[in-house]
Amino acid sequence: MLHNNTIGRKLFVFSNYAVLILVSLSCLLPLLNVLAVSLSSSTAVSAGKVWFWPVEFTTKSYEYVASTSAYVKALVVSMNRVVLGVAINMLLTILAAYPLSKEKNVFRLRGHYAWYFIITILFNGGMIPTYMVIKQTYLIDTIWALILPTALPVFNMIVLLNFFRQIPKELEEAAHIDGADHWRILLRIYLPVSTPALATLVLFCFLNHWNSWFDGLLYMNKPQHYPLQSYLQTIVINVAAQIQAMSSNGSGGIMDFVNQRTNKSAQIVLAMIPVILIYPFLQKYFTKGLILGSVKG
Amino acid sequence: MHKMKWMREIPLHLMILPAFIIVFIYSYVPMFGIIIAFQNFTPVNGFLGSKYVGLDNFKYIFQFPDIYQVLWNTVYIALMKIVGNLIVPVVIALLLNELTKQFHKRTFQTIVYLPNFLSWVIVSGLIIDILSPSEGIVNKVLQFVGIQEVFFLGNQNWFPFIMVITDIWKNFGFGTVIFLAALTGIDPTLYESSIVDGANRWKQTLHITLPGIKPVIILMTVLSLGNILNAGFEQIFNLYNPMVYATGDIIDTLVYRLGIVDAQYSPATAVGLFKSVISFIMIAVSYKLADKFANYRIF
Repeated sequence: MLHNNTIGRKLFVFSNYAVLILVSLSCLLPLLNVLAVSLSSSTAVSAGKVWFWPVEFTTKSYEYVASTSAYVKALVVSMNRVVLGVAINMLLTILAAYPLSKEKNVFRLRGHYAWYFIITILFNGGMIPTYMVIKQTYLIDTIWALILPTALPVFNMIVLLNFFRQIPKELEEAAHIDGADHWRILLRIYLPVSTPALATLVLFCFLNHWNSWFDGLLYMNKPQHYPLQSYLQTIVINVAAQIQAMSSNGSGGIMDFVNQRTNKSAQIVLAMIPVILIYPFLQKYFTKGLILGSVKG
Repeated sequence: MHKMKWMREIPLHLMILPAFIIVFIYSYVPMFGIIIAFQNFTPVNGFLGSKYVGLDNFKYIFQFPDIYQVLWNTVYIALMKIVGNLIVPVVIALLLNELTKQFHKRTFQTIVYLPNFLSWVIVSGLIIDILSPSEGIVNKVLQFVGIQEVFFLGNQNWFPFIMVITDIWKNFGFGTVIFLAALTGIDPTLYESSIVDGANRWKQTLHITLPGIKPVIILMTVLSLGNILNAGFEQIFNLYNPMVYATGDIIDTLVYRLGIVDAQYSPATAVGLFKSVISFIMIAVSYKLADKFANYRIF
């Protein structure tokens, strides 16, 4: 754009880089720290030697985590949840978005249905009534409690229906004249041209299911039914334990604490891996999805 | 002819049916379940069989000694987050926009966007670890420069600010990406003609860049109004503790303790309803404003 080589400009470019590097480090260093702790020996960690690089490198904490049956069980619950949850999310999203993408002269109740769904973004029953409904429909302690209440992600549905609306009408009119019904038009015309949008939504749904933890905590009475993030919540979140460790005079509390620290770090790192793996795709599609979502009807 | 049209709409109704039913059961029935705020609800008697007590639950909750403090904490933390989550991304986006090397821009953007995708359990785990009074790296640095260590999460003066800072840390990448996208939409010829007029970078930022992304800033501001009572349940639930209830307890955590821990279903629902109604008004107003000022419609 503008190449202004004055001293002021150079000074600005320098300090701009300095600020941006500091900000980026603030995002990166905490992650590096937890990774370094997870790969260090607990003696090095308790001696306060570990910063952003492993000291006395060991994979012991990862071996420990892999041998923890609670962790493995929770991972299995999470995987079930993700597979079932994303499949059902996508099915309902596609099936609801197609009719709602039609013009009013094709689908006369379109507006009514649309409001029916949008109201749920604006208003909800809140934690207690929702909990009661889940209880009354016998979902407590089943995986369906984590899947059915959020089976239709309304925001995703809006994104997809806006995408569907941009598909040229000529395509489906031609198919219609050839005698194709709505099911066929959806399957043969809409879905194949929507793969980028669908991929984006699959990532959204994956991320939601993988990262959710409060529903697991709320709707599962038995810890062996916890998905990974809910299980992690019970392991990693320990401010109260810190208070106890601080107030207890004996150093026993603190020592226990340090020994657990490498293991906890390993569990955090393991739970981050799937997100980091899909991150390049997320970043690529997420912005696109946002732009899709903002296209007006 | 009319009948034919109706026949052709049948598949469309069928397609929407599964979503319709799911949303009815898990969104609309709970809305109806709000009546338990006006009942003395017991699970045995259910939504329909419990005794109605009028506004007693509301009278009861507004007699809590802490309720006004909780309301204040909620609005205070939420407002600071709203402001911070607008200003920080705008500033970072403007700074990134000054970079001439696309690769550098992209690298910074990639790094700062990452925390956005981690769950609050993971992020809270990191925060607890980093801010730990004995081993956390923040306190190690403080010790190194000779400052007394601070138990940030156990100190009620620090707690709200830690919530705001860590929330911004997790979320600013998202806003940055949105504002960067808006920045690329500014007409480059505006800059070229301003150079002819002798405007420097700072003048350009003030008179071209900022006005250029003003609609998006207004839009983001308006849409965040709906969060005025969302102080961040997932974050605070993980990080708060009895030592910081005075400044850290918010409406949602109160509902949780009252309803789920103490099983006082009706008063908890009353608190929740109070929040839902105010949030609904704010969201409705914000959508109206967004439509008016930024020409934005979600649907």
